[in-house]
Amino acid sequence: MLTFILKRIVNGIAVVIAASVLVFALVSLAGDPLASMLSSPGASPQTVAQYRQTLHLDDPIMVRYLSWVGGILHGDLGKSYSGQSVNSMIFSGLGTTLKMVIPAAVFGLVGAVFLGVVGALKRNTAVDHLISALSYALYAIPVFVLAILLKGYIAVPLNNAFGATVLYTIGDSTPGVPPSLSDQVRHAILPVFALAVYSMGPWSRYQRAAMIEVMSSEYIKVARAKGLGRARVVIVHGLRNALIPIVTIAGADFAVIVGGAVVTETVFGWQGMGRVLVDALTGPVSPDVYVVQGWIMVVAIFVVAVNILVDLMYGVLDPRVRR
Amino acid sequence: MSGVQGSGVGPAVDEHAEKIDAYASARNSQIAGALRAFARRRSALVGLAVLLLIIAFTVITPFLWKYSYSDITVDFSAAPGWRHPFGTDSIGHDLFAQTLRGIATSLKVATLVALLSTVVGTVVGAVAGYFGRAWDAVLMRVADLIMTIPVLAITLVLANVLGAKGSSWFLLSLVLSAVLWIPLSRLVRGTLLSLMKNDYIDAARMLGASDRRIIIRHLLPNAAGPIIVDATLMVGRAIIVAASMEYLGLGIQAPEVSLGLLIQRGQGAATTQPWLFGFPALFLVLIILSVNFVGDGLRDALDPRRTV
Repeated sequence: MLTFILKRIVNGIAVVIAASVLVFALVSLAGDPLASMLSSPGASPQTVAQYRQTLHLDDPIMVRYLSWVGGILHGDLGKSYSGQSVNSMIFSGLGTTLKMVIPAAVFGLVGAVFLGVVGALKRNTAVDHLISALSYALYAIPVFVLAILLKGYIAVPLNNAFGATVLYTIGDSTPGVPPSLSDQVRHAILPVFALAVYSMGPWSRYQRAAMIEVMSSEYIKVARAKGLGRARVVIVHGLRNALIPIVTIAGADFAVIVGGAVVTETVFGWQGMGRVLVDALTGPVSPDVYVVQGWIMVVAIFVVAVNILVDLMYGVLDPRVRR
Repeated sequence: MSGVQGSGVGPAVDEHAEKIDAYASARNSQIAGALRAFARRRSALVGLAVLLLIIAFTVITPFLWKYSYSDITVDFSAAPGWRHPFGTDSIGHDLFAQTLRGIATSLKVATLVALLSTVVGTVVGAVAGYFGRAWDAVLMRVADLIMTIPVLAITLVLANVLGAKGSSWFLLSLVLSAVLWIPLSRLVRGTLLSLMKNDYIDAARMLGASDRRIIIRHLLPNAAGPIIVDATLMVGRAIIVAASMEYLGLGIQAPEVSLGLLIQRGQGAATTQPWLFGFPALFLVLIILSVNFVGDGLRDALDPRRTV
């Protein structure tokens, strides 16, 4: 098990290094981010030259790459073109985004397991068909469409009915108010729901398939034949084994959820990672080189870490891989 | 047997012809069986019908409808009615014409992406699966790498890097294909690896078939099922990613129209002028749903374990 984890970590580091090369090639070699500035009448050539110097755009390409990677190794992602530290931009964004992504992943997983197990146990009944139809529908609704629907057709009527803001539709907390759990929850309900539902559709299909496969296996029959209760067999013998594939898929889909969060944040006006990326790509000087590069590196490291954690969870769920 | 006995070559030729007939009819019954299985799934048939209807409608209507997507009419923020079935926006664009144009853009992008990434993914996946070793290692590492970065982030960066040029539907398709071929190539590789364990591959090799012949004649036809299914589902995936990009303001830009752009523009008035958001969103969801139903029907129809 230990060698397995070490192997995974080494592999993960290799992937992160490869990601740094790819990202650097994509963003830094792609063209001159100051080109649009150079052509605008407001900017003098001196200003542009100064930007060029502070962003190290004149250095040879290898030097730029190594100094960027060296910075990352020292925990410094560089500066945005406006001089802001990329570290502080990304870490404040990350804090906001995780408040959406982690509960969404947890609720999405719990919901998918529930729907999948019910669908499998009630296979080919009306309940199963209803759940199937639901998961197809969820899969076909892009997350931003769902988010806009929730905003306009759940939050607005609800708030009107109560004559007060029950659910917030903008931001992750009320500015100027001391942070409280209820305030945060009322901001987070809709975005978390939208994002959770986004992955629930496909995940519940996998869970259903896995559960059907496990429930038709010999050891389930043996357990029932031994005289164990149905509930015990379903939960202890069935569910535990049927959870293994969904955990893998959820782990592999973590990057997909972060992608969904980029869109959801935009709909709900959260100042998270999504905002940081979109602003860096649509601002006056774009791409804002070090912001974009830093963003992708932080997300890549995060996703790799989550995948390693998932492999560790295997050991808990499936004793066969512990060796 | 219908051959004349004793004519020398007769029986042998007939036997051969019979084998070919048997082979052809097996093949036909395979296709017929697949079609029957597809037709048995009502959702797949409905999905296909809806999709075809939408396509026909989008192709034909611009010739018949009095407004073009770029026309500015005298009706501002009109609710849906006889003059404007889908209403108008605040500067007088006819939303019916715009929605149809948006559908056309989305479908063009999705079709090209499905085509390009299927071809590239199949070739790379086949080479990696068949020749293994270095090819395989490189492909798998690239796939690992792409899995760690959200697809949307990569396509957004690519679209930005292409700049104003990135707003053409053709370049947007290239951007999406640049990422979406990778999962497909993994699928092709996996399918080929399992097919290569079959005896008929060894037999073909011993008969002197070249690598190219084995891949093209023996492996890919047997891998066609999963490839076709994935290519279909790719259409849905491409539409969602493209619409998300447009919604975020990268990808297709005004004056061109796309469903993501229309939704982005209409969202502010989602409760007061719901038609601005509702019609583009409805068609976006309808297309994705139909494509996924068709893909699912194909999966059943092309499943080798299907019982005819």
